[in-house]
Amino acid sequence: MGVPGKDLVSLGPLSREDVEEILDLATEMKKIMQRPVKKVPVLRGKVIANLFFEPSTRTRTSFDLAAKYLGADTINFSASGSSISKGETLLDTVKNILAMGPDAIVMRHKSSGAPFFIAERVPVPVVNAGDGINEHPSQGLLNLFTIREYKGTLDGLKITIMGDISHSRVARSDILGLSKFDTEITLFGPRTVMFHDVSPYKVKIAKTLEEAVKDADALMMLRIQRERQAALLIPSIREYARFYGLSHRKLDMLKSDAIIMHPGPVNWEVELTQELVYGDRSVIFNQVTNGVAVRMAILYTLIGEGKYEEISSS
Amino acid sequence: MKKLAVVNGKIIDVEKGSILQKNLFIEDGKIVEVSEKEPDNSWEILDASDCYVAPGIFDMHVHLRDPGYEYKEDINTGLRAAVEGGVTRVAAMPNTNPVNDNISVTEYMIEKAEALFLAELYPIAAITMGQKGETLTEMGLLAEAGAVGFSDDGLPVENAEVMRRALEYASLFDKPIIAHEEDKNLSGDGVINEGRISTLMGLPGIPSTAEEAMIARDVLLAGYTGGKLHICHVSTKGSVEIIRWAKKRGIPVTAEAAIHHLTLTEEDLYKAGYNTNFKMNPPLRTEEDIDALYKGLADGTIDAIVTDHAPHSKSDKEVEFDKAPFGIIGLQTLLPLSLRLWKENILTLPELFKKLAYNPARILNIPGGSIKVGEPAYITVFNMEKYTFTEGMILSKSKNSPFIGWKLEGKKKFIIVKDKVL
Ligand SMILES: [Zn+2]
Repeated sequence: MGVPGKDLVSLGPLSREDVEEILDLATEMKKIMQRPVKKVPVLRGKVIANLFFEPSTRTRTSFDLAAKYLGADTINFSASGSSISKGETLLDTVKNILAMGPDAIVMRHKSSGAPFFIAERVPVPVVNAGDGINEHPSQGLLNLFTIREYKGTLDGLKITIMGDISHSRVARSDILGLSKFDTEITLFGPRTVMFHDVSPYKVKIAKTLEEAVKDADALMMLRIQRERQAALLIPSIREYARFYGLSHRKLDMLKSDAIIMHPGPVNWEVELTQELVYGDRSVIFNQVTNGVAVRMAILYTLIGEGKYEEISSS
Repeated sequence: MKKLAVVNGKIIDVEKGSILQKNLFIEDGKIVEVSEKEPDNSWEILDASDCYVAPGIFDMHVHLRDPGYEYKEDINTGLRAAVEGGVTRVAAMPNTNPVNDNISVTEYMIEKAEALFLAELYPIAAITMGQKGETLTEMGLLAEAGAVGFSDDGLPVENAEVMRRALEYASLFDKPIIAHEEDKNLSGDGVINEGRISTLMGLPGIPSTAEEAMIARDVLLAGYTGGKLHICHVSTKGSVEIIRWAKKRGIPVTAEAAIHHLTLTEEDLYKAGYNTNFKMNPPLRTEEDIDALYKGLADGTIDAIVTDHAPHSKSDKEVEFDKAPFGIIGLQTLLPLSLRLWKENILTLPELFKKLAYNPARILNIPGGSIKVGEPAYITVFNMEKYTFTEGMILSKSKNSPFIGWKLEGKKKFIIVKDKVL
């Protein structure tokens, strides 16, 4: 399931200390991003292959920028216009890219487990940039980072994850990440998109929106896919918005300092309204910034040489 | 006249439920005597010291991929793997290319197998043309050509009316309908059991009800029509309970379990990561399901143990988990893995060989399967040798086994297929 220390394919095998180390490093990285000259050459001469077998502008751009801020070169490969359509297998494609000598592979794929499969078959570090409905570890880490940034800690918090839980790789990585801390996790969403068996995780299931949101220190909204309607999982987007979205809700039941998060892109008027996304409680744009910092930290942790104290002084 | 004497072995009598140190005499492919008599020099002596002499294993659920998918397996390699695994007879599923829905494919399979002088092959023909679930095959002609039963295995018969008519029509020739039980709407795009592990691995799940709902439907249809129904690869607790209920009501139903469902659970899949050699349909289930299968074996709810031998090449299996085909090979691991059931006191040795040899022959209405005077000689002789199962030992073209590297106990010494010693 990926080699510990070599790859980042899942947050599951990481210890609390491992996670904290990446978040601490990301804090330094964020400082670098705020400088007028944003480049530190710590990964100069390194090449990172961004292999996106599923379209994703945001995550790919974020990883690409993270690599560039650290001075690395990137190869960007996306499934469209590639040999995938010519019947080449995933392994074959990756081996061909590998022959070009990248130092790390960042990989997004629509099949759960695909980065695990590749990680076991290539010598270079593999970063999972989202696999099917399974995991999205960098998104999970940037979410932890953002919560910690606003709350000062991850311990003693109540976090609610709401929406299309069972199809969300973000939800799974959030749960795995948060579970390493003393957080109380609540899930809320239609029964049809909840895990059939939730027993592997220490979470509470909220029955009503009010129960889900009223004590939460952070609300992690998920994106609902329109396909869920055809798959009989929700009757309509309108109905979903009414019962599982925050759009046009009175938010006075929320804690005064509760923050609202979303991995993007938002379905307007479904999960959230523009008012909420641009509003006081929203930390959504900061999540995007933090995403770059966290991905810099991930890449540096996997292929960087030397201690990160040197980064802040370089 | 070929005269064979198997001496010094422990003979497993599945009908009496006993194991006796006796000699076995075979003349012209038939068992002529089981006694303490010492053979004179007119007999070819086969030494079975420190061995068990069992009725020949009859694996009634294999996929030999021939014709059509010979890059995965062919009749020759499949039957060689069978012989090496101590299997004397196999029943081959019809999901070949072309599908075995016509007598020319049935005849091709029989003729090719006969010319090889290896384990015996009994074709199972399709229930519906092209396994499309629409129109019935020419079951009478296929039975005449040598088909021993009918199955659309790999696929369920989705339309209940088609299943009803198939049960009725096959009963005219006293052949069972061998059903792969799966509600395709419920299993959807699932690739592993829905439950704890599908949550943990983020893989779409197949609910146990996808299997159980279809079994419930089909036992009701078998009860209604009186047609003989055999249920493939039972994997869940609920399925065992439904079949037990059906048998109690006198419904003509029999059932099999695949050896991997009796050996592995979804936890093993989880430990192995996204290893496609742990992907099969039905999927690996839970500890609770295995316990129910064991009870079902012990109380006779489950009649047979099979491999569901499903060869897939490296290029088929070395892909993303959801893209990989379902199925694993099993002919060479059936015997040692089955013997674990004996070692773990789930079945006695005679009970075990009832499931491996005697019952499959009864279900398919074919002679043999017992070491008894007058029966055709199908014999598996094995000892309890310990060894590590390696990829290099696999005679199948495909190496898709989750048991590579396992320490196994129990190895075929030789088999007898009528007058052939292999
Ligand atoms: Zn099947």
